[in-house]
Amino acid sequence: MSKDNTIFIGKNKSFRERNRRSGGYLMKRRAKEICVSVIRALLMFGLCFMIIQPMLTRFSMSFMEERDLYDSTIILLPRHVTLENYKIVSDLTSFPESMINTLWISIVISLCQVVAATLVAYGFARYEFPLKKFWFACVVLLIIIPPQTIQTSLYITFAQFDMFGIIKAITGDTVNLRSSMLPYVLMSLTCMGLKNGLFIYMMRQYFKNVPASLEEAAYVDGCGTMHTFVKIMLPDAVPTIASCFLFSFVWQWTDLFYSRNFLTGYRLFAVQMSTMVSRMGRYFSSDATQSVIVPNGRQLQLISIAVLFCCVPLIILYCFTQRTFVESLAMTGSKE
Amino acid sequence: MKKDMRVHREHWYSGILEAIQMYVPGNKVYHTMPARRARTGTLFILPFIIGFIFFMVRPLVLSLQMSLNEVNLIRGGGFTMTWNDFYNYHYALQTDPNFNEYLVSEIGRMAINTIATLVLSFVIAVILNQKFKGRILCRIIFFLPVILSSGVLPGIESSNEFYNMMTDIGKSVQESSGVNVSQTLQDLLQVSGVAGDIFDVVFQMIDAIYDIVMASGIQIIVFLSGLQSISPSLYEAADVEGCSAWESFWKITFPMVSPLLLVNCIYTIIDFFMKNNNRVIEKINDVMYGVRMDFGAASAMSWIYFGVALLFIGISTFIITRAVKSYE
Repeated sequence: MSKDNTIFIGKNKSFRERNRRSGGYLMKRRAKEICVSVIRALLMFGLCFMIIQPMLTRFSMSFMEERDLYDSTIILLPRHVTLENYKIVSDLTSFPESMINTLWISIVISLCQVVAATLVAYGFARYEFPLKKFWFACVVLLIIIPPQTIQTSLYITFAQFDMFGIIKAITGDTVNLRSSMLPYVLMSLTCMGLKNGLFIYMMRQYFKNVPASLEEAAYVDGCGTMHTFVKIMLPDAVPTIASCFLFSFVWQWTDLFYSRNFLTGYRLFAVQMSTMVSRMGRYFSSDATQSVIVPNGRQLQLISIAVLFCCVPLIILYCFTQRTFVESLAMTGSKE
Repeated sequence: MKKDMRVHREHWYSGILEAIQMYVPGNKVYHTMPARRARTGTLFILPFIIGFIFFMVRPLVLSLQMSLNEVNLIRGGGFTMTWNDFYNYHYALQTDPNFNEYLVSEIGRMAINTIATLVLSFVIAVILNQKFKGRILCRIIFFLPVILSSGVLPGIESSNEFYNMMTDIGKSVQESSGVNVSQTLQDLLQVSGVAGDIFDVVFQMIDAIYDIVMASGIQIIVFLSGLQSISPSLYEAADVEGCSAWESFWKITFPMVSPLLLVNCIYTIIDFFMKNNNRVIEKINDVMYGVRMDFGAASAMSWIYFGVALLFIGISTFIITRAVKSYE
């Protein structure tokens, strides 16, 4: 727009001259533009700062010695720099072990989830079968039902696991599966894991938008169902699948609900983090049998460091993959 | 096209019969193309069907049963259930000292937060859709909450008593020293006699802005994707016809994105209901794993909670579909 105007009014003339000729219009518009961009910049800066600020505070707080916490003259920069806190937190959360556990469980679970969700979504998007609407309503229901509703009964189901009384008949007792990974893997493979309905929904949106002629052409050329799916549909769906995988990975990484209920046999970072406070007293006392009262400020500091531990790998991952995160969602979300 | 394909059916059960025939060999329908495709499709969604029946329907039924009965855990595994005339619901709503209060306050918070989240994420999406320097950096930062507010993270620090105490102290300090801008403004407006209740809500939103921004990562992405799917030629046409930016926003942008409003609204409500820092969920956990180990009451509470969530989703769906339709 502005370029067109300058052609009419004269490109070589000064801004003043052009403004005079346009009868003040140019000046007005320029002022408006500047105003808008200043307001926008302020707003964006403020909001961005608000999002990042807690992380920065945690970071600077993590280097403070305990006495710095109670010194009211110290706000951000630590006076007594120490790395001791990191050691304490990694002891309290059994750091390398719990992180590695979290990593591979997150990978396994999100792989299961994504594989199952892709298959189911493909079925929903491309095939007509009886009761399809009903089952899809179930998917929506799955998104809506808070897992807390079935928490109690799932807890009991897996604490006393038994398939139609078969196991009890053989071994004489039910099996407690709560400490093993099996129930959760089973749930993920059957699309009942963490926010799994959402992944089905996202993938279905994607598959629906793929032109049908692709499949028809494959069929005419004698391509079987599985072949079509693997060779033709999957390669194009990789970005969407990747973004589902990333979401699933991140959510699994920070998940507390399923980890606490089904993965009690593993030391997962999120669980360790949430139970950290209860172990602090024991840890700080010189005598292993007694526990001391840890001041609340100290507790909070250590928790924030644990949050840092938890977030930093994810943030690094996110920085490298943010394109996948955002763009493939843009492709799936747009068409309702 | 679908309607043309529909054949005349002799009996009311013909459809069901045909559906069954699709799966059972030894009849005419079984070998037709639609039947074969139906079988493949069912095979694809089979994992979901199995999972839904075993890990959703069964636990749901069990949980409903538990909420209606008195559950006694037997040491060494197992439990018994005895019917107790809706005592669990009675307990949750009338006897338990906190559940009622938490439920009401969380619902109030949810209603305000949902509206604020929708408005804010829409505004941010519109801004992020414009071209300006540092746009990519802004995008990266605005989607960070998707990570930072997931799972255990949002609740962990606020569950610390000290944190709550500190925020209380902070508030009182601010109030006494008059640094708190929103509080001062609120007082001013209330003194000048402007309707108090509405302003209360607005100021509540302003004070909760951090929570709201942290809860709106996905919503921004969804809105942004909607905005990007609008063809630029629409705006060009409007511009040629002499539409101002304001007009084209309300005549083009808003109607085009409004279908996504429903998706976002539902997502926000669900997200809010499932957050770990939700006091109702804390309460349920407490009843379930705490000293009482009262599974019956815990299930009753979660059913009440689910009912409320469903009610809210229903209401908002009703309102939004109506509002959106009037645009078309």
